[in-house]
Amino acid sequence: MEFTLEQAGFAFLAAVIVIFSIMTVTTKRILRAATYLLFVLFATAGIYFQLNYSFLGAVQLLIYAGGIIVLYVFSILLTSSDEDKKAPLRNRRTLSGLIVSIVGAVMCIYLLLTHCYPPVLFAEGEVDMHAIGYAMMGTGKYQYLLPFEAVSVLLLACIIGGLLIARKRK
Amino acid sequence: MLLNTYTDSLDFNALTQWIDQALSSVMPAWGVVLTECILIGLCLLLGYALIALALIYIERKVCAFFQCRLGPNRVGPYGTVQSIADMVKMLIKELITIDRVDRFLFNLAPYIVIISSVLAFGCLPFAKGLEVLDFNVGIFFLMAVSSIGVVGILLAGWSSNNKYSLIGAMRSGAQMISYELSIGLSLMTMVVLAGTMQLSEIVERQADCWFLFSGHIPAVIAFLVYLVAGTAETNRGPFDLPEADSELTAGYHTEYSGMHFGFFYLAEYLNLFIVSAVAATMFLGGWMPLHIAGWDGFNAVMDYIPSLVWFLIKVGVIIFVIMWFKWTFPRLRIDQLLKLEWKYLLPINLLNLLLMVIIVVTGLHF
Repeated sequence: MEFTLEQAGFAFLAAVIVIFSIMTVTTKRILRAATYLLFVLFATAGIYFQLNYSFLGAVQLLIYAGGIIVLYVFSILLTSSDEDKKAPLRNRRTLSGLIVSIVGAVMCIYLLLTHCYPPVLFAEGEVDMHAIGYAMMGTGKYQYLLPFEAVSVLLLACIIGGLLIARKRK
Repeated sequence: MLLNTYTDSLDFNALTQWIDQALSSVMPAWGVVLTECILIGLCLLLGYALIALALIYIERKVCAFFQCRLGPNRVGPYGTVQSIADMVKMLIKELITIDRVDRFLFNLAPYIVIISSVLAFGCLPFAKGLEVLDFNVGIFFLMAVSSIGVVGILLAGWSSNNKYSLIGAMRSGAQMISYELSIGLSLMTMVVLAGTMQLSEIVERQADCWFLFSGHIPAVIAFLVYLVAGTAETNRGPFDLPEADSELTAGYHTEYSGMHFGFFYLAEYLNLFIVSAVAATMFLGGWMPLHIAGWDGFNAVMDYIPSLVWFLIKVGVIIFVIMWFKWTFPRLRIDQLLKLEWKYLLPINLLNLLLMVIIVVTGLHF
């Protein structure tokens, strides 16, 4: 098998994702965990760009890296102090946790190994922006206006609920 | 239209094709890609640094003239070598490690800020045929990468272990997240008019008439909103609360020294350039010369000016306006700042977007 530049890029991104995912859950400092997660999200966006799906890559950067991570860091700044990183986790449920994660890992690996993948192709050219727009805003089959609106109503309900809880009653 | 056949007197396509052919003749395909990537990266970084140096000098001169001073005038003729001397000083200064900080995050933060700014810089269409990243989601990608910079500022503020830095970072986070909304909506208004998000296409479509004129009322409103929000997004006065020097020493980069401080400084000036360049591209036609339909002689004269010069002139004018803001208005309070965004700019923007959609649907634009 020939080793191309694309495969080298993919191998690099995959390695970054795996290493930083592990570091995210093993680090003891919460802000470092958020930063490692940021790297994982960058690498995921990199894979989307490699697949020539620049819209999804840009969305990944804007929503996850620029939005969600900023919110995480912001809420960590507001709530936690330096002492938090010193508190060790309680290990009462090590055994059950271990069993659940092993079962999960076995299941994932089994599915990955038995699934029959179609031959991998890097699509030529970018996805047309107008096609994405019609798919998101259309009402026909395989078009997503209704789910999109349902999710935005849910989000609005969450915002109002959050405001109600956070509001100081006099 | 005839006007779309504009040919640049300073053509970059020929140059890049010549380099590509020269490289292809001496090495395999993957080597060509790799060498070209490295060359482009070097050119971008060089351009980035040169523009930042020029902007620092311009800012000091403009500030001085607004305050009836002379500004830098000792190093070189009219003080032009001053910012190079400052750069050398910055490069050879010691990087001080602060006691009891999270060393990894403290050192990482300036790099996140500068990477986000360099990526956004790479998307800009500088001249005809001179653009590095030209996705079909161009302007959206530009916004996405520039939104990463906030993470760096927040990390810098937190990891400095200093209350001024922390307050500065918090203010900066609140400010940039809020004003990103206005920037996004005002650019979306122009995307509705353009019908595309690809930056090269957006410039091409302004060959007959710049969007600021062809979109008339909503385009002018979007332009004004964009200028205000863009000034806030770059943390410049009158919105320089994150580093309000009279209250917070220097805000989120108080504890940084040497080149790490230099990175924040560079990114700040380059973000000013990027915001102005996006304004020039979306509203004033980017590198496209001023064309008036019907005036063929006038158009032909305008075409003699190279597109790079057009781009730099337009960006320069907008940069001057933003500097004018800074040295004219006093600093806002944080509550005034957030009120301005959420109670005034956001509703105006939403209505403006609706107005633009109505105008485009009914064909009332030029």
